[in-house]
Amino acid sequence: MEKKTPLYDCHIREDGRMVPYAGYILPVQYKTGLITEHMTVREAVGIFDVSHMGEVIIRGKDALDNIQMLVTNDCSTMVDGQVRYSPMCDGMGNVIDDVLIYKINTKEYLIVVNAANRHKDVEWMKGNLFGDVELSDISDDMALIALQGPLSKDLLTRIAGPEALPKKYYSFLVNVDISGINCMVSRTGYTGEDGYEIFCQNKDAVRLWDTLLETGREFGIKPCGLGCRDTLRLEAGMPLYGHEMDDTISPLEAGLGFAVKMNKEDFIGKKALLDKGAPKRIRIGLKITGRGIARENCPIFYDDKEIGRTTSGTHSPYLSYPIAMALVDVDYSDIGRKLLVDVRGRKIEAEIVPLPFYKKA
Amino acid sequence: MSKEFFYAKTHEWVQFLDDTKARIGISDYAQSELGDLVFISLPEVDDEVNVGEEFADVESVKAVSNVYSPVTGTVTAVNEDLLDQPELVNSDPMEAWFIEVENISDKAELLSELEYKKLIAE
Repeated sequence: MEKKTPLYDCHIREDGRMVPYAGYILPVQYKTGLITEHMTVREAVGIFDVSHMGEVIIRGKDALDNIQMLVTNDCSTMVDGQVRYSPMCDGMGNVIDDVLIYKINTKEYLIVVNAANRHKDVEWMKGNLFGDVELSDISDDMALIALQGPLSKDLLTRIAGPEALPKKYYSFLVNVDISGINCMVSRTGYTGEDGYEIFCQNKDAVRLWDTLLETGREFGIKPCGLGCRDTLRLEAGMPLYGHEMDDTISPLEAGLGFAVKMNKEDFIGKKALLDKGAPKRIRIGLKITGRGIARENCPIFYDDKEIGRTTSGTHSPYLSYPIAMALVDVDYSDIGRKLLVDVRGRKIEAEIVPLPFYKKA
Repeated sequence: MSKEFFYAKTHEWVQFLDDTKARIGISDYAQSELGDLVFISLPEVDDEVNVGEEFADVESVKAVSNVYSPVTGTVTAVNEDLLDQPELVNSDPMEAWFIEVENISDKAELLSELEYKKLIAE
């Protein structure tokens, strides 16, 4: 039985088409449709319920040392109020999850994890803790609303004032007052646009949602579902756990080398990654030039040789052609290479293009 | 031309042009359930279609679905406008026919407009 987020009634009111996702019942789209929602985020501002995401607090004198072991990125250089992206690996150097680490202060960090991985992550982290540290899973108490798009800054400034907003991308502020609601506001997102993710207590979620939607009206705001969240992140070349990476794929294969700091003293999976050496397959972007849409897990051929598989694919609403991400043999991963993708038994033409597919101006 | 539409339980419509010739499309309910269509694949002229067998794919941004033939016969025309403008099916599903079929030798159990409305209301 799927759980409802605190915003369930808001979605029903907006004619959300509700589907089960990661243990929750969430809107895949609203009545205006996926493409309109997608373009609203590219051109104006969209509002998403992402309350399904998991939130874990790691607190104590040894919090940083623990996080340094748990994730592949280097968190020792973070300042208070900073956010950092990182894969979290198992001992084999494969990806357990990709997470965002929020440094509240030297003794307290918030880790935002994928909903589908929450329980697995919590078990894994608990099992690897050492020293003076405690972990609490606060996911069930927290709601999370994402405000994404070029007008999100203007909208939030209107409601909360300019001082209330984090200035830099990947930074956050705590105790932000939004219409009397205590929020944590983070300048992050999963769409390739400027935007914010706003954390609040469950009890305040509906009021926060309604306030943002009401004030957002003159900015052309639209509620946006999981469907366009996926197409937006795909255009932005952002990986999704379970697709571009999982516990059989290393972060280096997934193209996340920028967040794997091999010069860090140690982290779980470091030795395995060193032993494996340079990855033999790598994540690439594909523009589908033939007729058809490659979804996930389509075999990819070059000269009749299978060189990999797609990991995600869709029709790009912004570019108006189909795009896909794929894991392919590194020897065949050069930009401009023309390949064939097997879509339900039919081979269609594709070309390797640089990631991301879309970059904001 | 008869304006009457009949429906298959799998949400295709059939409009008979005469006793052995018909146009086939998908219902308003079907397009609304599928969402924004971005790609349609169609058979070719002279292809055979059979009752209950798929003859086309419709893809929305999120998913691909099959379209099943409510009749058995020979394709005599395909609506090539849909290849470049699949959104026509969303904007006017009853005008946006997929194929024209002749020499119809069999047809599925078809519902009237009223019966179909009852079906989708369930």
